[in-house]
Amino acid sequence: MLTHLVFWGLAVVAVLAGVAVFVVNSMARASYSLALSFIAVGLQVLLLQQLYVGVLVILMMVMEMAIMAVYMNMFMGMNPAMMSMNMVHGARHALPVSVGVFLLLAAGALFAPWPSRRGSPPEDVTVALGTELMGPKMLTMGVVGVVMAATIVSGVVLAAHRTRYDRFGDDLRRRRVADPQPGGVGR
Amino acid sequence: MTVRTVLLVAAALIAVGLYGALSQQVVVMVMMGLELMLNGLILAVAGLWWFCAPDPSGQVLLLVVLTAMTVEMAMGFAVATSLHRLRRSDLTDTAADLSG
Repeated sequence: MLTHLVFWGLAVVAVLAGVAVFVVNSMARASYSLALSFIAVGLQVLLLQQLYVGVLVILMMVMEMAIMAVYMNMFMGMNPAMMSMNMVHGARHALPVSVGVFLLLAAGALFAPWPSRRGSPPEDVTVALGTELMGPKMLTMGVVGVVMAATIVSGVVLAAHRTRYDRFGDDLRRRRVADPQPGGVGR
Repeated sequence: MTVRTVLLVAAALIAVGLYGALSQQVVVMVMMGLELMLNGLILAVAGLWWFCAPDPSGQVLLLVVLTAMTVEMAMGFAVATSLHRLRRSDLTDTAADLSG
């Protein structure tokens, strides 16, 4: 009974905080609302006995929203706490589309003949996940690692102001470095 | 708490996120909408795992969803930074080079 109450409480918080992201009148509040929604979902995942993934969701999203707050302070060119949030386009279509999608998904969730549980959960879910990742699902772990590394490289290349490709050309073969302000000792 | 109620909450989160992703003009807000949709997806996968087939491979799928979320956010920030640097703007309407 207590689990049900906690679940529904967290569900209300998650959805209302999600709605608040697009309703509040400041980007800072929007990112904190999103963080709150993620924390509520992370706690629900904990209720579903996935301790590692639940804690990971909470920690990751709190850090991500902290980065987002810094990002807004750096780039938005205004006080992020005071920005008007009435910046939408096509809201007239977006609202009916999202309500329609909700009704469709809700109908599927409520009326589909969901199967009864197959098998039983492992005794220690986290150990089972680790064993799976380091054993039969090693390929997934390897691919995830490579994708993360590629993301770091692509993110830096996209976000950097000037890289060696700007200075030495796309094939890195330019003899004279293209710097806006020539440096060195004039040779 | 049943598989139906968990999926219902996940559907609500996905729908709210979809509204944001479709309607917002600021790139970061569009990203927030996408994040909210992935948030719903995490809950749906976690619920299906627990109520339908609680073997460890389902959790591996959850980790893949989390990875997709991280990649989306990191690349989104990088693209928004690049956009801001090139055009002094953070609106999706000014980044319509590939549309059509």
